[in-house]
Amino acid sequence: MSKEHQLYLKKRKTKKILIYLGQIIIFIIFIILWQLLTDMKVVDAFIVSSPKKIVDTIVGLYQSHNLFIHIGTTIYETIISFIISMLIGIVFASLLWSSQTLAKVMEPYLTILNSLPKVALGPIILIWFGTTTTSIIIMAILISSIVLTINIYNGFINIDENKIKLVKSFTKSKIKLYYYLVFPSNIPTIISNLKICISMSLIGIIMGEFLVSKKGIGYLIMYGSQVFNLDLVMSGIILLCIVATTLYYLVYYIEKKYEKTTH
Amino acid sequence: MTNILSIKNVSKVYHTPKGEIVATKNISLDIEDGDFVAIVGPSGCGKSTLLSILNGQEKASSGTINYHNKTIGYMLQEDALFDWLNVLDNCLIGLKIKGKLDSDSKEYVLNLLNKYGLKDFIYSYPRNLSGGMRQRVALIRSLAIKPDILLMDEPFSALDFQSRLNISNDVYSILKAEHKTLVIVTHDISEAVTLCNKVVILSKRPSYIKKVYDINFDQNTLPSERRNTPLFNEYYQLIWKEIDYE
Ligand SMILES: Nc1ncnc2c1ncn2[C@@H]1O[C@H](COP(=O)(O)OP(=O)(O)OP(=O)(O)O)[C@@H](O)[C@H]1O
Ligand SMILES: [Mg+2]
Repeated sequence: MSKEHQLYLKKRKTKKILIYLGQIIIFIIFIILWQLLTDMKVVDAFIVSSPKKIVDTIVGLYQSHNLFIHIGTTIYETIISFIISMLIGIVFASLLWSSQTLAKVMEPYLTILNSLPKVALGPIILIWFGTTTTSIIIMAILISSIVLTINIYNGFINIDENKIKLVKSFTKSKIKLYYYLVFPSNIPTIISNLKICISMSLIGIIMGEFLVSKKGIGYLIMYGSQVFNLDLVMSGIILLCIVATTLYYLVYYIEKKYEKTTH
Repeated sequence: MTNILSIKNVSKVYHTPKGEIVATKNISLDIEDGDFVAIVGPSGCGKSTLLSILNGQEKASSGTINYHNKTIGYMLQEDALFDWLNVLDNCLIGLKIKGKLDSDSKEYVLNLLNKYGLKDFIYSYPRNLSGGMRQRVALIRSLAIKPDILLMDEPFSALDFQSRLNISNDVYSILKAEHKTLVIVTHDISEAVTLCNKVVILSKRPSYIKKVYDINFDQNTLPSERRNTPLFNEYYQLIWKEIDYE
């Protein structure tokens, strides 16, 4: 290795460390400021809570054995709706692909459903399915599955014309075309939609928990705000940050794992 | 020589919302075993249409095609390799789709890959191959199903000049060695003249056969060696004058 290259690598490393350092310092300053300003009563801790109070609240939840029930409920509901939404997206996209006529017929409905803010359907779902976990999961599925269907369908119909010609030179079967070309060539599309699906599902679940539930992180936040316990609200938001990031990286990990197998 | 593909009075009319498009009109052509036939003609005259009909992807509006129980392979403009499959699996895709993959056919494909310079790339993915190598993979993919006749629609038009010369040589030697018959559509007159022993000139649309030239080069020369010979120049001039350019 040449000296210049070593220098270059070193510079790169230093820069990376600086970035990490910057990120951590911002976080620490933010926490310290928050604590100081509330301790000095510059801002009202009742309204904005404080890091100490948040830690106390979370520890309290843990001690009363509620912490993991709330986190677990939200994660469980999110993963269930994530899986169901992915399946719905793939199955519906496949159906639409299988018949151009069907796709044309469904087009306006998909557009309407896609542009409709699904939260508006919340009350109806509540009436139909009651104040149950099912309602929450249906809410989330509604939110994520429509976008997924559209995204995956778009992947299915945007296949290189030449590849279709090629497969058609071997077979007239549409099922074989799907099996050998359409589906495998869209695995990257499906993988890249996993991330969208997990965030959409989480949005849906939190929304559902706002409306319905007796447990879950959404419930913590909603309940906290109703009894004006800002410590609980803030704790809920912090927990949500952690859960969202964890789920995101879980999917990210799957994606990277997949990319590795095809390289 | 025996006929292995007989085209009789084939016409094709496309129906579009704007009206009818007569692509080809009364095309008749006999292709013999071992022939290398080039089809040339102005842009949009119906060359691809004719190949699609021969390949069974389009139905002729009228006319008949007698395949004499021979089978057809098809190679397109772009190599259309599947980037999620390695070279071997790409070559086996036709056999898999047709449900004809067995140890013999796999052996045959591996043999072709070894023979034609892809030995070290059998488990590579297409993105790691050069343009010329990709074309060779595409060629072996179409040979895998052991067709008697290969149809090619401007198979090398995406390649640079140097690669085209090389792949022209490759195709020539490979197809001669495997005893195939070739029907190739090309824009490139020099490619037609150097690769084929028959050049069919189509007219403007609606196209009919204007003329068929027999090309007589020494069978033991490669396409690249035929270029810029006096005979080549002679054929080139003849054919060039026959094509209706706008
Ligand atoms: N599926 C189709 N529907 C309607 N018209 C078509 C269809 N396919 C081809 N055509 C028309 O038929 C004519 C012949 O097309 P074709 O693709 O066979 O020409 P070509 O000789 O291969 O042209 P090029 O040299 O540009 O490849 C063109 O006018 C084209 O617009
Ligand atoms: Mg064409």
